[in-house]
Amino acid sequence: MIRSVAGVSDLPTALIGCAAGFAADRTDAGIPIVRTLRERQGPRFLIYETLGERTLALSQIERRRDPARGYNPSLARFVEPILGDCLAGGIKIVGNFGAANPRAAGELLAGMAKRLGFPSARIAVVEGDDLSAALSPDEFAARETGGALLAARPPIIAANVYLGAVPIAEALDRGADIVVTGRVSDPSLALGPLIHSFGWQPDDWRRLACGTLAGHLLECGSQVTGGYFADPGIKDVPGMDTLGYPIAEIDADGGIVITKPEGTGGRVDRRTVTEQLLYEIHDPAAYLTPDVVLGITEVELAEIGPDRVRVTGARGTPRPETLKATVCIDSGLLAEAEISYAGPNAAARARLAIETVRKRMARRAPTLRTRADAIGLMSIHGDTDGTALDASTQTAMDVRVRFAAEAMEREPLELLNLEVEALYCAGPAGGGGVRARITPRLASASCLIERELVHPTVSFVGAER
Amino acid sequence: MNDTVEVPLYRLVHARAGDKGNRLNLAVICYDPACYPALAAQLTAERVAAIFASRRPTKVVRYDLPKLHAFNFVLDDVLEGGVNASLGLDGHGKGLSFLLLGSTVRLDKALASRKWADVVEIAADSRSDAQA
Repeated sequence: MIRSVAGVSDLPTALIGCAAGFAADRTDAGIPIVRTLRERQGPRFLIYETLGERTLALSQIERRRDPARGYNPSLARFVEPILGDCLAGGIKIVGNFGAANPRAAGELLAGMAKRLGFPSARIAVVEGDDLSAALSPDEFAARETGGALLAARPPIIAANVYLGAVPIAEALDRGADIVVTGRVSDPSLALGPLIHSFGWQPDDWRRLACGTLAGHLLECGSQVTGGYFADPGIKDVPGMDTLGYPIAEIDADGGIVITKPEGTGGRVDRRTVTEQLLYEIHDPAAYLTPDVVLGITEVELAEIGPDRVRVTGARGTPRPETLKATVCIDSGLLAEAEISYAGPNAAARARLAIETVRKRMARRAPTLRTRADAIGLMSIHGDTDGTALDASTQTAMDVRVRFAAEAMEREPLELLNLEVEALYCAGPAGGGGVRARITPRLASASCLIERELVHPTVSFVGAER
Repeated sequence: MNDTVEVPLYRLVHARAGDKGNRLNLAVICYDPACYPALAAQLTAERVAAIFASRRPTKVVRYDLPKLHAFNFVLDDVLEGGVNASLGLDGHGKGLSFLLLGSTVRLDKALASRKWADVVEIAADSRSDAQA
């Protein structure tokens, strides 16, 4: 690979836009980012983070059903609108949208590039995160942390380790236009392009921490630009329907500015950035990633222009010895059934419906633990034992009662759903709008895996495979 | 101190919830850095545990971020198993930041009388206050 031997400060600033923060994010968010990046110079990247904790297991189930699938189902919707502009403009795309089948995703993108007139686009696939064949159930169980879900050796649906930034950087060093991954640490999607752009060394903990911090701020897409933030009259955000997704400007020394495309909705200020800075953080002095341990206790933010926030003060310490893997197992079925009551005395009728179903289920399926919510009175802040709902003195004119239960078998769950539907005739007055369903559940365990057991690979779709 | 008034938290701070498994984190950020010491004194880990009592936290830790005039609360085992296992509608606990924001603290009248709209402006350009 070729890296500049000049001082790092001579290197141009890298720009990284994030067009998706989760699997079902808006699929048109990349368009204004790419428009903005095309007007700029220097290394430019568009990243997609589409792989939540459970998403990969769901993708693995889909791949078992159809070996040609198992990647993000919105992949084409995400990439097609921007692919031609990215390839023409030298904007590299990095995404974990490969999910359980990065190679199939890479092949889909190769076909799309060819159709758009770029038959020689170089598409790299990062693999090696799937450990399901590498370790036995006993070996996973021995490495489980924070629980004992694997102690009974349940069948494993998916087991994927969080890879780091290095294989992404390697793919870019080898000329990739697009890098498709499965499970990688979310911030690594940004750190990989920065290691590639600036030649940061693997023990340059401070700069790696800066790149990881940039990635952490980007990885949830619009959550740093006004999404998951707006609270009308309290924290107003303009243009929620046209939110600009974030762009980070990162210099070779690790200086970060967070901004967003011109002409988009949303906002970037100290408050939006602070909320995202602390999002899903536990100990702010030690945010663990495969690449570095990031500390944010000394981070400072400065508003340096409209929708521009400078971020300084990231601290880095050596990366953890072990890597985290998420292991998903089958966890039975979830039943949910709902019915509504409205108008005068609606809350009392809703409570009577709950009491009625509870009494009948206690007789007909005594071991089934059933939850009841009264949406409009107490649900989101409630608890499964019902203490918050019992204590609530709220009243309302429009209440939706919701029951939920889980079990390994269908029978008691179907019984619950039928009991709720029976309220149409046998329940309190005016109950309407029953909806009931039974859906499969997954549970996940975390394991700590020795680095020597993990072997990331980089290959190219087509010629270099 | 008798010269205090009860103030809803949502007037003083904004907050964001995040989840990892059965663990919730709540980022709590002061609009007005001048409120940070009073909140540091009152919004203790014990107080937050009491606000979330119906979710039976097994442990609550507060991390202080004075440079951001913010706190990060980490509440263990309050998500009823988390997104994979909860029987509730919001297994992520996305809405739990607002359970905290609906609570109240007592502030000096002088501090509490700093106006809402002004507070937002003060917060934007008083980084020195934040570290005072």
